[in-house]
Amino acid sequence: MGRPMRIRAKADNGVVTVRALMAHVMEGGQRKDASGNVIPAHHISEVSATHNGKTVLSAQWGSAVSQNPYLAFSFEGGAAGDKVVVSWKDNKGDSRTDEVTVS
Amino acid sequence: MNTTRRQVIKTAGALSTLVSLGIMTQAQALAAESRPGFESKGYADAINALGGNPAQSADIEVVAPDIAENGAVVPVGAVSNIPNTTDMWFLVEKNPFPLAAGFAIPAGTKADVQTRLKMGQTSNVTVVVKADGKLYAASKETKVTLGGCGG
Repeated sequence: MGRPMRIRAKADNGVVTVRALMAHVMEGGQRKDASGNVIPAHHISEVSATHNGKTVLSAQWGSAVSQNPYLAFSFEGGAAGDKVVVSWKDNKGDSRTDEVTVS
Repeated sequence: MNTTRRQVIKTAGALSTLVSLGIMTQAQALAAESRPGFESKGYADAINALGGNPAQSADIEVVAPDIAENGAVVPVGAVSNIPNTTDMWFLVEKNPFPLAAGFAIPAGTKADVQTRLKMGQTSNVTVVVKADGKLYAASKETKVTLGGCGG
């Protein structure tokens, strides 16, 4: 289980902008350690976001997304007080789900 | 598009045979099924895996810096003004694995996504968009002074 995400969701005229900062090493599988062995890839492979149970974004990521990934997107039809849930899964089977209330 | 039950059984059977013979590992089989393009090592391969030959479009805005000092953290975003945009993919042409991220945009969500990518060297950042089943693309060159892939 990874560390908690930092998520902000703000409503403006029915459009909710979500910004999420996830804590993850996002190891690309290209780097080598001090003794020359390749460090195996370890990265988030799937991200999804739901608003009141309806999927508003789903993403597939490769190893080229930066460490501690940042993601921002917006959707229509939300209001302050609604729940937005963001979850990710990585290629080693770890996952994390966090919830935020739209402000 | 009309995949019959028999075809599904056939495909599943072929895949499981490959797995049982040890030719493909379980993880590879899963990857091959659900993540087209992410294992492609060249830009052309990655584009082909997405469906090939996108038309250049001026209605896609690629937001990336002209010069990125640190290739490990390059803020990249895209806005698609093409109606009915359903998918967006971010590709960094000269990365070892060019396809960096793919987003599925359901109705009601704006085709406007921002994230941060790693870039190994100066390269074009290309955004491929799928709208009404057709592919469109737009690119922007970002110069990288310090690469963020090797080490």
